[in-house]
Amino acid sequence: MTSTLPAAEPPSEPGAPPEPGGADGARSAKDSQHDGASLWQQALRRMRRNPIAIVGAVIVAAFVLVAVLAPWIAPYPAQATPGRDLIRPTLIPGPSAEFPLGLDRFGSDVLSQLIWGARASLIIGVVSTLLGLFGGVALGLLAGAFSGWVDTLAMRLVDLMLAIPSLLLAVSIAAIAGQNNSSIIIAIGVVQIPIFARLLRGSMLQQRNQDYVLAARSLGLTRGTVTMSHVLPNSLGPVIVQATLVLATAVIEAAALSFLGLGGGRPTEAEWGRMLTGAQAELALAPQLAILPGLCISITALGFTLLGESLREALDPRMRRRR
Amino acid sequence: MNADVPEAPIGGGTESTPGTAALLQVRDLEVTFTTDAGPTVAVSGVSFDIHRGQTVAVVGESGSGKSTIAAAVLGLLPGNGRVTAGTVTLREQRLDTMSARRLQPLRGTVLGLVPQDPMTNLNPTATIGRQLIETLEDTGTASGAQAREAATELLTEAGIGQAQERLRAYPHQFSGGMRQRTLIAIGLSASPELLVADEPTSALDVTVQKVVLDRMEALTAARGTAVMLITHDLGLAAERASHVLVMYRGRLVESGPALELLTHPRHEYTKRLLAAAPSLASRRIQIAKQAGAEGAVEGADLLSATDGRDQHVTDAGAAPLIRVQNLRKVFPGAQRGLFGREPDVVAVDDVSFDMHRGSTVAIVGESGSGKSTVARMLLQLLEPTSGQVLLEGEPVQARSQREEIAFRRRVQPVFQDPYSSLDPLFTVFRTIEEPLRAHPFGSPKERAARVYELLDQVALPQSMARRYPAELSGGQRQRVAIARALALQPEIVVCDEAVSALDVIVQSQILHLLADLQERLGLTYLFISHDLAVVRQIADHTCVMEQGRIVEQGPTDVVFDSPAEAYTQRLLAAIPGRDLELAVPGS
Repeated sequence: MTSTLPAAEPPSEPGAPPEPGGADGARSAKDSQHDGASLWQQALRRMRRNPIAIVGAVIVAAFVLVAVLAPWIAPYPAQATPGRDLIRPTLIPGPSAEFPLGLDRFGSDVLSQLIWGARASLIIGVVSTLLGLFGGVALGLLAGAFSGWVDTLAMRLVDLMLAIPSLLLAVSIAAIAGQNNSSIIIAIGVVQIPIFARLLRGSMLQQRNQDYVLAARSLGLTRGTVTMSHVLPNSLGPVIVQATLVLATAVIEAAALSFLGLGGGRPTEAEWGRMLTGAQAELALAPQLAILPGLCISITALGFTLLGESLREALDPRMRRRR
Repeated sequence: MNADVPEAPIGGGTESTPGTAALLQVRDLEVTFTTDAGPTVAVSGVSFDIHRGQTVAVVGESGSGKSTIAAAVLGLLPGNGRVTAGTVTLREQRLDTMSARRLQPLRGTVLGLVPQDPMTNLNPTATIGRQLIETLEDTGTASGAQAREAATELLTEAGIGQAQERLRAYPHQFSGGMRQRTLIAIGLSASPELLVADEPTSALDVTVQKVVLDRMEALTAARGTAVMLITHDLGLAAERASHVLVMYRGRLVESGPALELLTHPRHEYTKRLLAAAPSLASRRIQIAKQAGAEGAVEGADLLSATDGRDQHVTDAGAAPLIRVQNLRKVFPGAQRGLFGREPDVVAVDDVSFDMHRGSTVAIVGESGSGKSTVARMLLQLLEPTSGQVLLEGEPVQARSQREEIAFRRRVQPVFQDPYSSLDPLFTVFRTIEEPLRAHPFGSPKERAARVYELLDQVALPQSMARRYPAELSGGQRQRVAIARALALQPEIVVCDEAVSALDVIVQSQILHLLADLQERLGLTYLFISHDLAVVRQIADHTCVMEQGRIVEQGPTDVVFDSPAEAYTQRLLAAIPGRDLELAVPGS
């Protein structure tokens, strides 16, 4: 270092500012392990210190665990109706020792239904979000990478989709796609595409004007390389945050679509939204049938929202400080 | 704060002579910020006085604590900052222990503030008049029609014509300089006894800076207002203030009368600051020239390859490495309505110059003069509307991928903002390695060796390679950007305001690094800057741009010593510290 150092910067001079490199030799080995912290690693570290993130993560983890372990922890099989003999037209038994959360109209155990329903709802939420994410990123990438008519075409398509109320669009898609769970997934996923696309495009346009992109272009990298290795990775932050937030609404929207009777499937098939639908007829008789799945939906959505919000906070460029 | 650098020895924090009571007395001030990492002492052991009508400058680089002192004096420390020791006394009243409720009436009437950034410190949704009148009424200076009259008068005094109509204007209709003058008018509206000006002109062009500071000086002199001027520019401080306080890492390392401090600096840091400040360096060159002692110009001050004499005077026969011919760039006007259009903007108009191998050509001009557009066209990042760039006599064509790559290998940029010119997701190693990967360069091992060689060239330790840009200081980032530019062994480096965002000592280090690299690698620089003083130091040939045109160009010596154009003369006259008497070694 000393051989190439211009004469004007004697680094050992008393009172020298930390330039260049400061007293890096003095940094301990333990310290230097943290040097390789990328943006995402730093965000993760920041989230671990944020109680809101931890609450969100715990909620989400709990529901995921329940969904995965459903076959082992659910007291009864998915479509069993063990209490069908206890149901009367004017009586739906509430919680008892045998059925801790009571029975529904068909005599299914509500606790088991909720546990199996976690599975269906989470799958619908995650898969439809992924569908929306990939579709949106593809469309946004097209629009953000090529300006001109490709951009215009992609964005007008997005405008067109946004012009239709999302639930209406989802209902139409589900109605066309048929009466089953995958049609709900497609409906909810497709509705999210324009939001992701617009977000990614905006983020890319912002990054595209940064000096490091100009510098990369000046290095003689091809347009494709610049876009894929510089612009896209730096633009993904808000999109990832949006994905966690969409997860929350997807669970709710899935419930809404099943509530409208678009989910198809047998009425005893467990899914939170369908449980809500079934409960409306017995609202006066057994309000817990509506309250319990409603609570599950809200808490799951809350968990994803908290996680998403804290992720956004952790990724906020204004929070990126020099160490 | 970087804690792993040994602390600076502390010079004398001087207090001025007792006797007459000072307007502002600061004694042993210590300010502590509570952060995630625990309490951080930002300022400690600072003592000074400001007397009525006196202008005192506080000089230091970013992070030295100069703005913290201003905030402590004004009682405007952020929520996590506290005065933990010492006293701040204004007119024999303790400010540091005063409650917010009792402090509030003092603001405006006794204490005034001119904030740093004129672009964000005016409310964009309120008219200039409302913001002025609001201050006048809230401080109880004037009200109703009287306030309106006073506001008009204040604006006129601040050097804004047609003040009556301008009261109805919104901030976005004002230029940066006008906004800053408005802020000065607001700061002075209730005739405070002490005006704190926190870097009032660092966001402005040099000619505007001069106008604004002249105006502030005239206004405060007429009112007998004392001024606490916070600045990073020692030349500007010495020119505007009678006393200068030098801050370094939270401590007052030296203070005294401005001229004495300039001629006989005692503390090591002040000496470094004196040596580094481009405005002072260009003044030293000027003095040495006038004294006819050209040999006396210190090597540290003049960094150009040819000592300021133009290269092609000596080898007139040689063809230029780059010839820029009649470059012109017109940006189409913005769409207005469905069919209408704003008039087209001519950003660059008929610009031509030559660059000779191994020399430095500078383009100076104020913001909006089109100098960066020229740089981008030369870099083939922007298509010229007409005109061309010739590289060794051949027109540069970047139509095919192959031609573009061939060109990019020879011409590389270094951009202004070291915070945005590096990809935040790339480590230093990956950043410097990227060009080597893109233009296949040996095996991974050879590439790594080259990266470490480059780090060495820009005087960064190899341990930096694994860091991310967020973990580096501004100067370190700029070194990484330079290393990346040099990776492909280019012949020409375009420095677009490459040192403008850096602190003065770091700036001088980067300038020396550039000069050193030029000498060792035979580089040719195109140096874009708004700072004439820096250009004076580094350029062989200078082009002065105004509104898209080159109004004057020639060898740097000629342009600076006998400027032909009125615009150039105005630019030169605006360099702070033009008339300072500086000690020049050997004269």
